[in-house]
Amino acid sequence: MSRLHDAFARAKSENRAALIGYLPAGYPSVQGGIDAIVAMVANGVDIVEIGLPYSDPLMDGPTIQAAVDSSLRGGTTTRDVLATVKAVAETGAPTLVMSYWNPIERYGVDAFAADLAAAGGVGVITPDLTAEEAGPWIAATDAAGVDRVFLVAPSSTVERIAVVSGITTGFVYAASLMGVTGVASVSQAAPALVERTRPLTMMPIAVGLGVSTAAQAADIAVYADGVIVGSAFVRLLLDAATPADGVAAVGRLAAELALGVRRASAG
Amino acid sequence: MTTDSLPRSDSLGGPLPSSMPDTGGHFGRYGGRFVPEALIVALDELDAAFRAAKTDPAFQAQLTHLLTTYTGRPSPLTECLRFGAAAGGARVLLKREDLNHTGSHKINNVLGQALLTLKMGKKRVIAETGAGQHGVATATAAALFGLDCVVYMGEEDTRRQALNVARMRLLGAEVRPVMSGSRTLKDAMNEAMRDWVTNVDSTHYIIGTVAGPAPFPEMVREFHKVIGIESRAQVLELTGRLPDAVTACVGGGSNAIGIFSGFIDDPEVALYGFEAGGDGIDTGRHAAAITGGSVGVLHGQRSYVLQDADGQTVESHSISAGLDYPGVGPEHAWLADTGRATYSAVTDTEAMDAFRLLCTTEGIIPAIETAHALAGTLQLGRKLGPDSVILVNCSGRGDKDVETASRWFGIMDGDRAPEGRA
Ligand SMILES: Cc1ncc(COP(=O)(O)O)c(C=O)c1O
Repeated sequence: MSRLHDAFARAKSENRAALIGYLPAGYPSVQGGIDAIVAMVANGVDIVEIGLPYSDPLMDGPTIQAAVDSSLRGGTTTRDVLATVKAVAETGAPTLVMSYWNPIERYGVDAFAADLAAAGGVGVITPDLTAEEAGPWIAATDAAGVDRVFLVAPSSTVERIAVVSGITTGFVYAASLMGVTGVASVSQAAPALVERTRPLTMMPIAVGLGVSTAAQAADIAVYADGVIVGSAFVRLLLDAATPADGVAAVGRLAAELALGVRRASAG
Repeated sequence: MTTDSLPRSDSLGGPLPSSMPDTGGHFGRYGGRFVPEALIVALDELDAAFRAAKTDPAFQAQLTHLLTTYTGRPSPLTECLRFGAAAGGARVLLKREDLNHTGSHKINNVLGQALLTLKMGKKRVIAETGAGQHGVATATAAALFGLDCVVYMGEEDTRRQALNVARMRLLGAEVRPVMSGSRTLKDAMNEAMRDWVTNVDSTHYIIGTVAGPAPFPEMVREFHKVIGIESRAQVLELTGRLPDAVTACVGGGSNAIGIFSGFIDDPEVALYGFEAGGDGIDTGRHAAAITGGSVGVLHGQRSYVLQDADGQTVESHSISAGLDYPGVGPEHAWLADTGRATYSAVTDTEAMDAFRLLCTTEGIIPAIETAHALAGTLQLGRKLGPDSVILVNCSGRGDKDVETASRWFGIMDGDRAPEGRA
């Protein structure tokens, strides 16, 4: 059982969904990013996704683009991302990296999986790596003992969901809507997608994209095993007057969302 | 002499270069699909529509009719005696894609994809554009077929290709300036991809070059093959033999693949692609992905990319908006590795000198993109000598570049004497 599975199992035993929080590494600085993520964990986020900043984030809307741009202009490197993983993993929260494919390929597929494991990371989410191109990554993650998380989308056919579920480990990431991060709200397509995916996998299913409020988290927690929140956290850091204000605001939102994923079971 | 009267090299045995890509869209280790899962169904649908259309006589007849009566095909072949004299006396033959409706080769691909859009029952098209030629071609087809059209264009490019922005708007398209990143073609493509992921049910994304996830590189090549097919026959008819060399500029690589495809299985014909060298490869300020880049994944495919040690895309630089792109189509990466085609870089200065030379020796104002192929041809002709035949893809006309060129040569202020007169 991986630490990721333990986190989902613990949430399940508490009759609730797991709360998964995303922030990019290196924003507003490497240490500032770590501080914000640690605040998420301290306030009830169960599982952490650390974004690896990339110059061409095709699946991200303006909010994450702005933070990632700033992070890259500040000089964030892949090594900084791994250092962020190490610092966050020390809190005990299962820590994943979310990365577009090119930075991983450039780092070295085997080396990235191994160095992530050495830093205490438990897995990687790759939003633009298709099953057809994933062969070397499957071998590398198996060898390093880290989970590899792939996405399914509202447009995915049952055949596609079966293919993606067949190679994913850790959990299946169900994108709640057709689109990029941080623009629209979680769509009606999400419950239907989870329903289509459920018979095709033993893995937990987490829903992300367009989730920003405790009420949405509570709704999703009724039918999914995990609720993923990203842009809403990033927005708070972007709007904060000072880094300390940003960290405090991130902590407050994490606490609200943690109540949200528990509300579903109450009502 | 006709196309059929010379034996093709199919008889040589072994897989022909034209047999690529494989079913996964790979050219050797290049190409493939690196996209959000949300797009896979749309790419599969496109792939199916494309394969059906390839063998559908009605589709082919409709496309041929458009190419003839709307685009003005076949485009002529023009022999350039005075320009050739400057190119070591080589026979320089221009394939006149600049004379197509809308002024470049881009319309060939756009009409094909617009017909596929209708077949798929979609009502909206989007496109990325650098020089604006692909955007104009897409806006044109959208007007012709009554489709909604949004064109993404880097804010920097909307300034340097202002004429084409006006053309697109006149044609009824919405031009959305892109303010992110380097504000050029790469960022326009990012924005178009984001639009596509969001609106894929109603929208087809008409990619303007032989890049992007499969099936785009193969499909865009298919629609530009007409350049190679026509010019092979035209060169044979004019000279009685195949050319020694075929040259083209390479941004994403669509005009180059179109003309190369006619000769790819003729090993005696050398293929040359000229990338944008900007200020020079050693300055780091260039857009030459093959000559000065490394293998990576960008915009849905694996190919050569300008990137740093962490795999972050590096900004490209070129005087030519249409070549100012940090990637290149996967088939070119493969042709470069196998040695079937040769790629090198041409600087801004070399390109502008050749631009001026074609204006003053032949009365043809080329696109600045095309001028890169012309500059490469001058160097090549001097090497190959007087008896050689060089076929050049004249990919576009330079109306859109008149302002840039005027500034480059200082001829608006009258403060510099005309140069480059042969
Ligand atoms: C006239 C012309 N030639 C060439 C290009 C470069 O594109 P490609 O390399 O796909 O032919 C462009 C792109 O805008 C163009 O307008």
